[in-house]
Amino acid sequence: MKKKARNVTFNHNPLLERGLPVWRARLLLMALMAGSAALGLRAIYLQGVNEEFLQAKGESRYARVVDLAATRGRVLDRHGEIQAVSTPVKSIWAIPSDVRLDPPEARKLATLLDMDVAELNSRLAANKDFVYLKRQVSPEIGKKVAELKISGIHDQQEYRRYYPSGAVMAHVLGFTGVEDKGQEGIELAFDKVLAGKPGQRRVIKDRRGQVIEDVESVKEPLDGRDVTLSVDAKVQYLAHTALKQAIDTHKAKAGGVVVLDAKTGEILALVNSPTYNPNNRGGLSGAQLRNRVFTDTYEPGSTMKPFIAGLALEKGKFRFDTVIDTAPGRLTIGNATISDAHRHGLLTVAEVIQKSSNIGAAKMALTFPAEDMWQLFDSLGFGAPLKLGFPGEVGGRLRPAKTWKPIEQATMSYGHGISVSLMQMANAFQVFARDGDIVPLTLAKLDAPPLSGRRIFSPQTAREVRAMLEMVVLPGGTAQKAQVPGYRVAGKTGTAEKLEGGRYTHKYVASFVGFAPASDPRLIIAVMVDEPGGAFHYGGDVAAPVFAQLMGGALRALGVVPDAPLAPLQMARQGDPASRSPL
Amino acid sequence: MVRLEAMLIVLVVVSALSVVTAQHQSRQRFVALEREQARMQQLEVEYGQLQLEQSTWATHARVEKLARERLGMRPPVPGQTVVLESGL
Repeated sequence: MKKKARNVTFNHNPLLERGLPVWRARLLLMALMAGSAALGLRAIYLQGVNEEFLQAKGESRYARVVDLAATRGRVLDRHGEIQAVSTPVKSIWAIPSDVRLDPPEARKLATLLDMDVAELNSRLAANKDFVYLKRQVSPEIGKKVAELKISGIHDQQEYRRYYPSGAVMAHVLGFTGVEDKGQEGIELAFDKVLAGKPGQRRVIKDRRGQVIEDVESVKEPLDGRDVTLSVDAKVQYLAHTALKQAIDTHKAKAGGVVVLDAKTGEILALVNSPTYNPNNRGGLSGAQLRNRVFTDTYEPGSTMKPFIAGLALEKGKFRFDTVIDTAPGRLTIGNATISDAHRHGLLTVAEVIQKSSNIGAAKMALTFPAEDMWQLFDSLGFGAPLKLGFPGEVGGRLRPAKTWKPIEQATMSYGHGISVSLMQMANAFQVFARDGDIVPLTLAKLDAPPLSGRRIFSPQTAREVRAMLEMVVLPGGTAQKAQVPGYRVAGKTGTAEKLEGGRYTHKYVASFVGFAPASDPRLIIAVMVDEPGGAFHYGGDVAAPVFAQLMGGALRALGVVPDAPLAPLQMARQGDPASRSPL
Repeated sequence: MVRLEAMLIVLVVVSALSVVTAQHQSRQRFVALEREQARMQQLEVEYGQLQLEQSTWATHARVEKLARERLGMRPPVPGQTVVLESGL
């Protein structure tokens, strides 16, 4: 109350009455407004103009992009048996400068990694930022290593490809490199299908690095697709065993076998020797890796003759029983002479094939213009790669018809002066096994057989040549060792002297190409043995037994009904359709 | 007026709390999903390894060896085969 008495109110403050200059108030107001304008602009700058950058910066503190691994597809045989599969493994790596190992820890780690302590220490002594201690260890070991919690030791996920069939399938499948990319065989030919595409997704991680929220999927991982091969693992195994035995018995340098399904053109087996174990590829030589069936050409020798006989029948100049004079076992064309291994005298066309007379074949061939023969070889697929997608496929040598001299035309009729791959030979034999046409070969399993192939011979011609080829394995033929009990077999032997540096050496390629059952061919098998070094070198002695062993096993495995039942064979007739069992 | 305001405040608080709960639940579920997915992958890996093991045991070379050596089996010789034909 006393204050009131002094009569000082806010309105009548004596200080105010002094009258402050108006500019001071204005200045203050301006300063405040400028400050708030600056804040406003800054806010607009941060929220509007610079927003994206700042958002991204902020997000990068907690959001992470994680890679999602995609697995490589499996390779299956035609029955779905696994032939190649990827499973995750761990690779253990270290930052040497971060590693502090006391001796007991070092011992533990070395035992886990199956290494010497000294070796481990020497790796860790390396003056590098990154060393692999051990690549591709099993996930269990990887986990145990992680549980040791040694600083500076890390692991990373990798995939390793396993091939359960090992050496048996090696040349079909090929293999992948460290980066899981196909390098050979199917792995390379079908790499686009098999390879997966790794994906990415953005997540939010908490302080401990645990993912707490899935923000978005940047890219879905795309697993590689499985590839189902036309190859039958069982037939492949039989082929592998049969070829290996023959190579050992005849001390041969190398060999190859192809098995085709005559009905569909599917490749049921493809074997090379020498081979390798794709699961352990240390110390491999080029010879082991070579896929001879595709990449090596050889002079086919007498296996070429049936095609000439086919052409002769097709053109109507010869019949099955037209007689050709092959005496005296020699024939001079120009200044070169060709000869037969044995003298035969008068032979029918069928007997020329059965006894494999060079002169008979040459005499037939010389009745045609070179152009016709070239046309035949070309349509059979010789001289150009089959384009199955296999790496290193070759086309062989087939010179244009214009450059042929008569002697060359003659020698080509029995398979010299022309080179083919074993796969091409097997492919061409379809023409006899399939009533005159050829369907494209395939390594992938087909859902339905191809409707029709490329016609080369009339069915009549094909059947007649087939009958001739059947005579080859009968008494009087060159390949009685190709007989398969219970089945009618047809085929042709080939023995070609190898050409090295333009000269014929005393090294041979023995081959046999044939099919069975002759009444309704199901399988075509081509066998080639390179440089047999034992007592025998004829196709009928070296390659035909491989054919017989493999054909017998494969026909039984596929349940093909015998068409030449032996006497003691019982035939049981099953009347009840419900209990009808497939063989 | 005051009553309406109070009610709105309560609603806002309830909504805010439920957002928090929902977020929490979603994270928990996500962690669970994550765990199951990891398990799925683990199982797939195991499946692959088992398939590999199975096909290793079932290689034709091994089957033949066992059939011949342990079971004393051999391929049938001609004459031992009985062919069953369908009655059609």
